Amino acid sequence: MKPLTPVAPTARLLLGIAFFIVFVAGWSLATFGGYVSKTFLADPLTMVRSGYTLLATQGFGWDIGWTVWRVFGGFMIAAVLALPLGVAMGAYKPVEAFFEPFVSFARYLPASAFIPLLILWAGIGEAQKLALIFIGSFFQLVLMIAVIVGNTRRDLVEAAYTLGVGDRGLIRRVLIPGAAPEIAEVLRMVLGWAWTYVIVAELIGASSGIGHMITDSQALLATDQIIFGIIVIGLIGLASDMLFKLLNRRLFPWAQLGR
Amino acid sequence: MSDGLDVLSVRGVSRSFRSTHGETLALEATDLQVAENDFVTILGPSGCGKSTLLRIVAGLDVPTSGEVLLDGRRIAAPGADRGMVFQSYTLFPWLTVQDNVCFGLRERGLPRAGQLEIANGFIAKVGLRGFEHHFPKQLSGGMQQRTAIARALANGPRILLMDEPFGALDHQTRELMQELLLGIWEAERKTVLFVTHDIDEAVFMGSRVVVMSARPGRIKLDRSVPIAHPRHYSVKTTPAFSALKAELTEQVRVEVRRGAELSAP
Repeated sequence: MKPLTPVAPTARLLLGIAFFIVFVAGWSLATFGGYVSKTFLADPLTMVRSGYTLLATQGFGWDIGWTVWRVFGGFMIAAVLALPLGVAMGAYKPVEAFFEPFVSFARYLPASAFIPLLILWAGIGEAQKLALIFIGSFFQLVLMIAVIVGNTRRDLVEAAYTLGVGDRGLIRRVLIPGAAPEIAEVLRMVLGWAWTYVIVAELIGASSGIGHMITDSQALLATDQIIFGIIVIGLIGLASDMLFKLLNRRLFPWAQLGR
Repeated sequence: MSDGLDVLSVRGVSRSFRSTHGETLALEATDLQVAENDFVTILGPSGCGKSTLLRIVAGLDVPTSGEVLLDGRRIAAPGADRGMVFQSYTLFPWLTVQDNVCFGLRERGLPRAGQLEIANGFIAKVGLRGFEHHFPKQLSGGMQQRTAIARALANGPRILLMDEPFGALDHQTRELMQELLLGIWEAERKTVLFVTHDIDEAVFMGSRVVVMSARPGRIKLDRSVPIAHPRHYSVKTTPAFSALKAELTEQVRVEVRRGAELSAP
């Protein structure tokens, strides 16, 4: 191994899968080998079995659906509002000067600490869950989009001006398309964070969702179900991340060149 | 020369920059007339303000005093009437060669078919037929600069401003690019203002060479180049070429040395 030398695609895939196997092997050894009590950690087989029961007989698919809907709903609202504001802040410095200090402050407010307030304001229905995801992702998105747009290469901006674009044309034809791949990357990243918020939202005052199932299982000391729930979250997160990456590559082939 | 015939007229343009040490004068009050079909090369040591002058003409920088007239009208901002080719690669990486060249035409609201007709003509002129659908990152430096030239020309500017456009290219590519641009200029009869620090380039390309002094920049010499067009690269070995090159080399050397003394601690 030499530093920074690239690895072949097949080798990369195999290595990636290998660690999953090592992980499950370690887990199996700890549980089947009797090193850890079943009360604290279920073994992989029990986990798979109870996962099947959850899906087949207890309508866990329904919970998954709710959770996915909440993540994407809250995230979409945040993204749709953050995009224009972030672009405006990146392009126009007075707009940035007006919003940036507050947004910087707001993004450090811990989203989960808003849950009591949100329950007071929005009850324990869907609005509260969406609001939490919104708070958790909106301010982060705005700031990062503003930075990306603000970092547009100045020589490209100057070239565009000498080709006759006006200010609106510059935003529409240079700032936005130039920033698009990086913005898409930021969306992918923040979507991952939204997943952590949704579970927090569902742990408190929810009657459906993966987080709700996990709280119920806690009361029953069903570590197998808890672990299954966590793994489902991980798998959905991984899948949506890969889909997002694939989409970005399709949408912005030029950004992949020369990497 | 009367203003009536001049495409570009630079009148008393100076530029000073404010820094923590106070004001630095980058460009002394400068006058320059560029006539129709002129190919004016501006030669000078680095930091002499030649790029600043070009950027002011482009409207990308604002003069501290003086004014720039294009066809008798005072310019205040960048515009499509002054096309520019930069030293750095400034193609839009998200657009193909073809769409880069169409950029200004599309801004003007030309229908797509008309855009393509003009763009493909210029793509052929810079020898990039077959590369229309390549992205800039798939091209070599020389090809990118050729696309940038096509992009600027497709817009049909009154004057083409070039800021060391071949400065980042290797020597061989640079010489080929000079011949290519000269060929296009001879065919299209464009008006060009071309900044360089390469004396060979200035003489070979220019119908007029303007030498600038070390900072603060001012025009210290203005020579027309007594070599007929069309020029073959072999003119670089003729006595007329060598004589002018020798004179300019001497003039630029003095300025480089002065600049080095000025900036010495």
